[in-house]
Amino acid sequence: MVKKLAALLAVGLCVATGTAFAETLINGAGATFPYPLYSKWFNEYAKIDKEVKFNYQSIGSGGGIKQITAQTVDFGASDKFLSDDELKGAPGKLLHIPTVMGAVVVTYNIPGAPKGLKLRSEDITNIFLGKITKWNDSRITDDNPGVKLPDKPIIVVHRSDGSGTTSIFTDYLSNVSKEWHDKVGKGASVKWPVGLGGKGNEGVAGQLKTTENSLGYVELAYAVENKLPYATVMNKEGAFVEPRINSITAAAAGAAKHMPADYRISLVNQPGKDTYPIVGFTWLLVYEQQKDKVKGQKLVEFLKWSLHNGQKMAAPLLYAPLPENVSKMVEKTIKEIK
Amino acid sequence: MSEPVSLIDTRVVKGDLLFKWIIFSLAAAVLLILLVMVVAMVRESLPSIRQFGAKFIVGREWDAVKGDFGALDFLYGSVISSVLALLLATPLSVGAALFITEIAPRRVGEIIAPIIELLAAIPSVIYGLWGVLVMAPWLQQSIQPWLIEHLGFLPFFQGAPYGVSMLAAVFILMIMVIPIITSITKEVLMAVPVSQKEAAYALGATRWEMFRMALIPYARSGVLGAVILGLGRAIGETMAVTMVIGNTPQISLSLLAPGYTMPSVIANEFAETTSKLHSSALMEIGLILLVVTLIINALARLLIWSVTRGDTGARA
Repeated sequence: MVKKLAALLAVGLCVATGTAFAETLINGAGATFPYPLYSKWFNEYAKIDKEVKFNYQSIGSGGGIKQITAQTVDFGASDKFLSDDELKGAPGKLLHIPTVMGAVVVTYNIPGAPKGLKLRSEDITNIFLGKITKWNDSRITDDNPGVKLPDKPIIVVHRSDGSGTTSIFTDYLSNVSKEWHDKVGKGASVKWPVGLGGKGNEGVAGQLKTTENSLGYVELAYAVENKLPYATVMNKEGAFVEPRINSITAAAAGAAKHMPADYRISLVNQPGKDTYPIVGFTWLLVYEQQKDKVKGQKLVEFLKWSLHNGQKMAAPLLYAPLPENVSKMVEKTIKEIK
Repeated sequence: MSEPVSLIDTRVVKGDLLFKWIIFSLAAAVLLILLVMVVAMVRESLPSIRQFGAKFIVGREWDAVKGDFGALDFLYGSVISSVLALLLATPLSVGAALFITEIAPRRVGEIIAPIIELLAAIPSVIYGLWGVLVMAPWLQQSIQPWLIEHLGFLPFFQGAPYGVSMLAAVFILMIMVIPIITSITKEVLMAVPVSQKEAAYALGATRWEMFRMALIPYARSGVLGAVILGLGRAIGETMAVTMVIGNTPQISLSLLAPGYTMPSVIANEFAETTSKLHSSALMEIGLILLVVTLIINALARLLIWSVTRGDTGARA
């Protein structure tokens, strides 16, 4: 209901502004994760093209998919790609346009422990499966010589609200562990074997900050802004890698060779010595055939701009820009929009 | 409403009729809104009702990946957290109301009452943030270890102190319903005729006896009404509870264990449902919440009716 109302409002606004000023209003809705970047993009772009105005509602990826499928918005945004069934359910051919990449970090609160605790993928899985229950488990201490880890239970904190962050994280766990894949699976909300649920990044961070010996996961940007320590994670090649812009972009560069034409690919656990393994694309969802040609034209111009000038604004906000080889592919895809 | 008699000018009758219809349609509109909501919710939850039937209410599974849904853990969490919160809040609120109206000097009462009412004006997200950042750590470090150490032999106080827990939800709900129950109880107590109280004193009653014999019986139905309003607030509370309850679907006797409530799971998962069945199951949870609220209201009315049946005093 709320969404319908929001859509109605958006349409109402569109009509109102459309008659008041002679400018094109382009409505979008979806993912919250890239919202800070998108809002910066739309602001900056308004200065370049004064005839177009973007209105973006960050209602969550699920809502974005629903609205673009129902054609109540001009573009959707999502942290997860659509399934074949979902694509078939759309009234036209929907394109996935990757914009940037984000990383999910494993963060913790252990009194006296340093930043960058080293964790293997199987350690992370076992902690979230409830199989490693204490911090001084030899599977953790062996990789962290010199770090004094307490003989205390690990208090696991996860997101309780459905989110793209959880999607990427459980995608990673399913990828690295068959047991996780079979028992729990991946999705925006899953049935967690252990742990407490916090609402939103702030809920998880709040519980982590106030609970000693806890461990959870949040977006990189959120962890950096709130000065939460996060783990360096062992990647596919056996190297411990810190989540940084370069190591995130490396994930897409590694995947570029087998990048499908519709960009529906998971970026977790990609090859490459410098690749951080818990990474995901975030996409804009756009119809190939635009009903309103003027809007379509404006949207294409914006997407081109976002691929060039827009990408430069990503890193300061802790989103990883697309690697060059992917960016070239996307440029071709954008040309297909009519 | 009595029919207008012939003594009255027909113009006035017409006006009255018009007024009656306007008022009637306003009342009908309220009912219509409820009806439309129920119809929409039933329609949206049909896939889930068809899939799970009655098993949905007693089902313990909640797995969006496998598409298996049951509501019992959430039902339990909602009912237990609200009922316990009211058990704690009611004596506190009635005590506070008695103090304000009967015991405190007028000036003091006039200062305390608005402060308590101010508590009701704080948005629930603020309670939630305070709960997760201040109250939960405090519970974890002081109250919960104490409970485990001294009352740990009871099944209600076993397990590890996490801070966020059923207990935290009960406390935050208690704080949130206190202003509602207090301010209504206060109004009810103030409505008790002075003659009633003076009569008790004249019979040689002490202050306590006056409360027990004159004040409370007279105000009983009003106080119960206040408690029910509080219960309505508690069972529907979403944001604050979601932030402190730990959002883990389980049925545990221990108050220190995390839990989950019906409004919380809707708030958490509705924006990012993974399938049609998932959103339908959440809708059905909403429907159950509505039904539970209706049942509680009906029970409460029954309770008020049975309590006040024998009363001779005027109803508050």
